[in-house]
Amino acid sequence: MNTNVPSELLPVVLIFIGTIFCFLSAIGLIRLPDVYTRSHALSKGSTMGVLFTLIGTFVFFLLEEDYFSIRLFLGIFFVFLTAPLSAHVITRAAYRSNVELAKESIQDDLKEIMIHRKEKHGR
Amino acid sequence: MINFILICSLLFLTFSILAISYRLVVGPSAPDRIQALDALGVNLIAGVAIFSVFLRSVAFFEIILLIGILSFIGTIALAKFIERGVVIEHKRSE
Repeated sequence: MNTNVPSELLPVVLIFIGTIFCFLSAIGLIRLPDVYTRSHALSKGSTMGVLFTLIGTFVFFLLEEDYFSIRLFLGIFFVFLTAPLSAHVITRAAYRSNVELAKESIQDDLKEIMIHRKEKHGR
Repeated sequence: MINFILICSLLFLTFSILAISYRLVVGPSAPDRIQALDALGVNLIAGVAIFSVFLRSVAFFEIILLIGILSFIGTIALAKFIERGVVIEHKRSE
C-alpha cells in the first residue's frame, strides 16, 4: 500500500497541472482584446493542458493496470498535430475576412502584401 | 486523495468550459465563436480522459480519438466556409 501510492500520485498530479493550464488559457480567452491574441493564448495553453492530461491518463493506465493503449497514444499524437494547425487556419480566415486587430497593435506587416495581391489577382 | 485531486481538476475544467461558453455567446466575430468551439472540443477531450481515470475504465479511449478528429474536421470546414464562402469547391471552366 505504502509503495503503491506514489506511482498513482504522479499521473494524477500531471492531470491536475494540465487542467490548471486549460483554466489559464480560458482566462486568456476572456481577457485578451482581439481574436489573434486570444488564439495565441488558446492554442498554446489549451494544447499543452490537454497533452498533460492525456499523458497523465496514459501513464496512469500504464502503471496501474499494465495497459499500453495504442488508441490513447494515437489520440495524443493527433491532438498534438492538429490543435496548432486549426488555430492557424482560424486566424488566417479571420484576417482574410477583415476582422479588426486590437487598438493597441502597432504594426501590420501582412496588410501591404494583401493589398498587392488584391491588385494582382483582382479579388 | 486521488479522487479528491481528480474532482478538483474536473472543477477547474468546468470553470474553463464556462469561460469558453462566455466567449461563445459574446464573441464579436465569427472566428471567435469557431475558436471557442474548438477549445470546447479540446476541453471535452480532457474531461473524458479524467473520467476514464476516475472510473478506472479503458472503454473511453476511442471517444477521445473520435472527439479530436471530429473537432478538427469541423473547425477546418467552418474556417474554410468563412474564408471562401463554400466548403467543397467545384472545378469551373475558365
